[in-house]
Amino acid sequence: MNFIPTNESKRKEMLKETGIESIKELFKDVPEKAYIDGCLNLPKGLSERELVSEISKLAVENAHAGTSPCFLGAGAYNHFCPAVVPALIGRSEFYTAYTPYQAEASQGMLQAIYEFQTWACLLTGMDLANASMYDASTALAESMFMSKNLTGKNKAIVSKHVHPHYRQVLETYAWAHGMELIGTEEPEKEVDEKTACVIVQNPNFLGQIEKLKELGTVAHSKGALLVVCVGDSTSLGAIENPGQEGADIAVGDCQAFGIPLWFGGPHAGFMTTKKEHMRHIPGRLVGRTVDEEGKTGFILTLQAREQHIRRERAESNICTNAALTALWATVWLASLGEDGLKKLAEENMEAAKKASKELDLEFEENFYNEFVVKVNNKEDVKQKLADAGVIAPLDLEEFYPELKNHLLVCVTEMNSDKEIEMLKKVLK
Amino acid sequence: MSKLLFEKGLNLSEPEIVRHYTNLSRNNFGVDSHFYPLGSCTMKYSPKVNESVSVLDGFAKAHPMQEQKASQGCLQLMFELEQQLCEITGFSGFTLQPAAGAHGELAGMMIIKKHFEEKGEGNKRKKVIIPDSSHGTNPASLQLCGFEAIEIKSNSEGDISLDKLKKEMSEEVAGIMVTNPNTLGLFEKDITEVCKIVHEKGGLVYIDGANMNAMLGVCRPAELGADVMHLNLHKTFSTPHGGGGPGSGPVGVTKELEQFLPNPRVVKNGEDYCLDTSSEKSIGRVKAFYGNFGVLVKAFAYIKALGSDGLKNAGESAVLNANYLKEKLKKHYKLPYDRVCQHEFVLSDEGMPNGVTTGDLAKRLLDYGIHAPTIYFPLIVHGAIMIEPTETESKETLDWFVETMIKIKKEAEENPELVKEAPHSLSVKKLDAVKAAREPDLRWIPNK
Repeated sequence: MNFIPTNESKRKEMLKETGIESIKELFKDVPEKAYIDGCLNLPKGLSERELVSEISKLAVENAHAGTSPCFLGAGAYNHFCPAVVPALIGRSEFYTAYTPYQAEASQGMLQAIYEFQTWACLLTGMDLANASMYDASTALAESMFMSKNLTGKNKAIVSKHVHPHYRQVLETYAWAHGMELIGTEEPEKEVDEKTACVIVQNPNFLGQIEKLKELGTVAHSKGALLVVCVGDSTSLGAIENPGQEGADIAVGDCQAFGIPLWFGGPHAGFMTTKKEHMRHIPGRLVGRTVDEEGKTGFILTLQAREQHIRRERAESNICTNAALTALWATVWLASLGEDGLKKLAEENMEAAKKASKELDLEFEENFYNEFVVKVNNKEDVKQKLADAGVIAPLDLEEFYPELKNHLLVCVTEMNSDKEIEMLKKVLK
Repeated sequence: MSKLLFEKGLNLSEPEIVRHYTNLSRNNFGVDSHFYPLGSCTMKYSPKVNESVSVLDGFAKAHPMQEQKASQGCLQLMFELEQQLCEITGFSGFTLQPAAGAHGELAGMMIIKKHFEEKGEGNKRKKVIIPDSSHGTNPASLQLCGFEAIEIKSNSEGDISLDKLKKEMSEEVAGIMVTNPNTLGLFEKDITEVCKIVHEKGGLVYIDGANMNAMLGVCRPAELGADVMHLNLHKTFSTPHGGGGPGSGPVGVTKELEQFLPNPRVVKNGEDYCLDTSSEKSIGRVKAFYGNFGVLVKAFAYIKALGSDGLKNAGESAVLNANYLKEKLKKHYKLPYDRVCQHEFVLSDEGMPNGVTTGDLAKRLLDYGIHAPTIYFPLIVHGAIMIEPTETESKETLDWFVETMIKIKKEAEENPELVKEAPHSLSVKKLDAVKAAREPDLRWIPNK
């Protein structure tokens, strides 16, 4: 396939016009020993027809939620996405642009990001949001660093009920940055004067809706911050938001807002905080301002915090974030609207409640759309679900060895009554 | 400026939403609609087929936690992409986890940190050398890993000064972060020597691969002596920039450092592909799940479509286009480093008539429907104008750009206010950045 407009004769013309003898001459600074005289050891290029055929063969090797009933959540949620969302995201004026450094030529993306920042604040009950992070796990890691910078303390406490992958990311970042990280089931007992932040997830990884006010009070009494990571973000349509729960920093993932599962990415993280921490939030911020004629416009602002200005004194190194997937979430939220999100959240809770009836639940009935079920013969259950072509609930043993006969079931608006009945029959 | 969607309401109909975002998109320059020579960002054309294969149900609707045996296609694609990247760069292994270039830098520096900790030198090697022509993210990334940056100045030819490097390099230094080709668009002539000096004192060489486009099929960074390098799939490998992400920043390493790559890695056991977490020396996980898979599909498709011959052609054409522009423009604008450039080159606003600056020129280009180059970077050039045309622009477009640049110079001579007050033709005029910073308005507030 050809994506290069310059053919051989044009090449010659260009070389001639600029007085360059040969293409090789352009690479005279490349050490002779490293110069590749022939070609890379890769197959020759494919035609579009061959390419589509080859890649499609890989795609069909995967089970997927398009045809299989999906009862798996655990940080990536199968929610419906109206056609209008990809149609608008597919406008190449958005997706073939880059970071809006030239504000006057990027008003579309800048305004969309300002709208994204607004949605993030409205849903979390926080004062301000940045332009997005890579995902929830890295947003959480940045929250840990931000807490350190705000409090001058070096210890972070993370609840065992935060997504295991997120906890692993926190461990890596804490080690690299020389921070102490303590994982615990009872964070309120570990908070002390040296604690920068307490990190919890709500709904937590096991689906439970947490009560956080008390924990926030304990953390604040010791001068620590409460960092809340939202579980399935559609839950914000139904449960108390982090602002109401006393969070100082709230993060989460936009994937649940209709972004494809995509085998784990790209999704988009959101990050919100209180007004007084504005100068310590990492990443891009879009602000509303005016042009020379007083007309409203949007621009990247407060950049003095960022890596390209502060260099080694910057508190984060994030540059490119997840603008397009954040836009995806923004359009999805607009198309559902405030009422639509509430309705969706209620539907999810309702469906999960219905699915959980008569099953052996591990915890009390206080969940959003995921719950933990104890089964008698786990391997048998998994085999039956696989035979029925189901994307099965998560086997919790890998992450919680004490829950060795337990599955984490996720039910969303995408699961029909018939699918739910079939699942219950196997799990009972 | 369109009204904020919120001002119309929080529960709107589909046609209202479509009208709103369609109109917003019309106030945005993209590569499909505009020439976008933004230096160091490699704004090349993103093939449409990449978009269509990345949203095939088997990819877009595959759950990251579903059984590995039900995800063989995804895992095979990741495995093969890693092999392709190894062949292109000469490294022994890659992680596909990092979500962007800066994220890759961070993972790369963690690998370097781990290497020295394992050698018992973790407390000794606390510094990393950074040339003044490096990317802004580099010093930020290394300090997050507990390193201290030592900046060294480039020499008069725009290369790393070997004398200064020798002076700074010691057994207290973990290594160097080099951008090659550097941000002046120049191939570090002495890169082999640079690597040798660093290696002789036990240090490691990190190459920032944001500018890999110039080396595609031309040379392999590992063969220059690099130990660690990140790639930006959204630059070199044509995945769209998305208005600021999502990107993807895989990190490649030498054989010796493979054990430190993030867990999990994709491996092949017999006929099966699986996620392997067995390396106990791994730095751990840097992102939930396995990376920006949807972006990986696009890069994989691009490499397959171009193949060995196409990749080389892309690298060569990118460098030819940059040199063509440089030769044509140096007669009209100051070119501080006049030698063969790679994928980009940097002009200066020194000598511009009537006090017209780089910032003014950038805004005036917008009026002509051209996205501005990267400006005021690198800092070592006065009023830097960093131009990267990429290989996907035709000679006609390049000629038109040259004509426009000459025309703006003439405007600066004859009617400087026209340039200084630009832009004139966009949805807004020059925006008040000072007001934005002094009175931050970062969100809409209900009932205000």
